[in-house]
Amino acid sequence: MDQRYPEKNCAITGIGQSEVSRGATKSALELTVDAALEAIADAGLSRADIDGIATWPGASDVTTGFSPVGIPSLQDALRLKLGWYCGGGEMPGQYGAVFEAIGAIAANLCNNVLIFRTVYEATARKASFANSLLRAGTRAQGMFSWYAPYYNYAAAMQQALFFNRYVHESGIKPEQQAQIAINQRRNASLNPKAIYRTPITLDDYFNGRIIATPLRIFDCDLPCDGATAIIVSRMDIARDLPNPPIRIEAVGTNMHYRNEWTQLDALATQAQPAVAEMMWSRTDLKPKDVRLAQLYDGFSFHTINWLENFGFCKRFEAGDFIADGKRIALEGELPLNTSGGALSAGRLHAYGAVHEACTQMWSRAGERQVAGEPDVCATSTAGGPLAGAMLLVRD
Amino acid sequence: MRLHDLTRAMINGSTTGPAPGVDRDMSNAMPPRALPLLDNDNTAYWTGGANAELLIHRCSDCGYYVHPPVNFCPDCEGRKVAPHPVSGKGTVETFTVVHQQWVPGLKVPYVLALVTIAEQDGVRLAGNIVNCEPEEVSFGMPVKVLFEQNEDVWVPLFEPDPDAGAA
Ligand SMILES: [Zn+2]
Repeated sequence: MDQRYPEKNCAITGIGQSEVSRGATKSALELTVDAALEAIADAGLSRADIDGIATWPGASDVTTGFSPVGIPSLQDALRLKLGWYCGGGEMPGQYGAVFEAIGAIAANLCNNVLIFRTVYEATARKASFANSLLRAGTRAQGMFSWYAPYYNYAAAMQQALFFNRYVHESGIKPEQQAQIAINQRRNASLNPKAIYRTPITLDDYFNGRIIATPLRIFDCDLPCDGATAIIVSRMDIARDLPNPPIRIEAVGTNMHYRNEWTQLDALATQAQPAVAEMMWSRTDLKPKDVRLAQLYDGFSFHTINWLENFGFCKRFEAGDFIADGKRIALEGELPLNTSGGALSAGRLHAYGAVHEACTQMWSRAGERQVAGEPDVCATSTAGGPLAGAMLLVRD
Repeated sequence: MRLHDLTRAMINGSTTGPAPGVDRDMSNAMPPRALPLLDNDNTAYWTGGANAELLIHRCSDCGYYVHPPVNFCPDCEGRKVAPHPVSGKGTVETFTVVHQQWVPGLKVPYVLALVTIAEQDGVRLAGNIVNCEPEEVSFGMPVKVLFEQNEDVWVPLFEPDPDAGAA
């Protein structure tokens, strides 16, 4: 192994996912336990083998369901003995937890790291409006205070500012944009765990209401209740476990841009080009080697941005690349967000994407299985100034 | 704002539906604006409107505008950065026309924009574009500031700048 790139000495060895729903019957902690136990068993390990935990963004005291479960609760529920743990929000997107685990394994602090992400947003929204910028009796502080007075109720509006600039600069057509949502709904129709499984047409897409230009309702992800877990193991251990190791071939973690939401250097592309460039600098593989893409899809435009930033097509040419959707379909040259993603399967917040990447690379995807035993997957997290990227390769 | 609010807003997806805690106001008034907590760095920006001034922090050594404000110039490393009145003119860098009625009483559609100030490329101010129809807003459109007092905050807003001619 090239010692400069310790990620190559780490592999995903097991995955787990709780039930995913628009209203769980179980607590958020139990969903997390379900996902964790499934992942540990899938890896061929036992609780005693897990000596690290990482998560993003850690537990918060929220009523929004954004991150109800943190490491202390899970460690106690499973009575794990940990050599190392790390949970926090100021990382290169949701995959920051994976990047932290790579460092911890390289530092010989642990061998098998349980990484999880739990959301409970469907249940939470039945009780309260998840509004980060307008809280009765309080005043906004920090970066988002610059937006606060402007009836800015949701991320859809903040990010629509970026997406509309992208539309202006790229000239992407609405019917091309629509193919992201249409393709993912079709994939979801083949995924028994997806929340919305009825395929949609172009007419359905355009009949969806406008949230904030250029976003329509089908461009927005789908709050849900669910937990996902993966096990990342040191490669020598991974080689002795039942699943073919899915090696972390390269990561992109940098922050070269102004990390301020109103002052982004690259409005139209968001803070992702440099992250993808860093990832490609750590591998001999090229975009043409990628067989599968699980790209962040909080909104459809994140996925469109990532198609360009990873170099699957040229800058501002994603519209023509997507075209009528055939290229990004399950049968196409770059199957994209094959579970239905956050738009249709549920907003599991990037960990749904890495779970699906492994499901496909272990040929467990049933009706939606991509042909040819795909062995290289590009995956990414987050939009706005935040970004993280990984290239996964099945050994 | 607490961390979970930040991260939630940063990586959010769709958020729909009315706010259970908000009164169903049947008048035509818009809902109250959320206001910033004033501190040493941002008070000039949010209160300059009391004197009809848009105040942006500027380096006394090299003239670089520093926004969001802090007493450090990233251009020359100067430590004499102070509020400075600017023209209040700028151009629409990007915008979105909001159609979702997030809370009862919210009049839609309305425009959220980022405006680049005339004095320096890359200094962007969030604001609503008012005194024109949403469909009249365009990329690069010249605008000028106006202020709306809410409690102790003079919220900068923008409207079309007739002096700049057609965009
Ligand atoms: Zn200076």
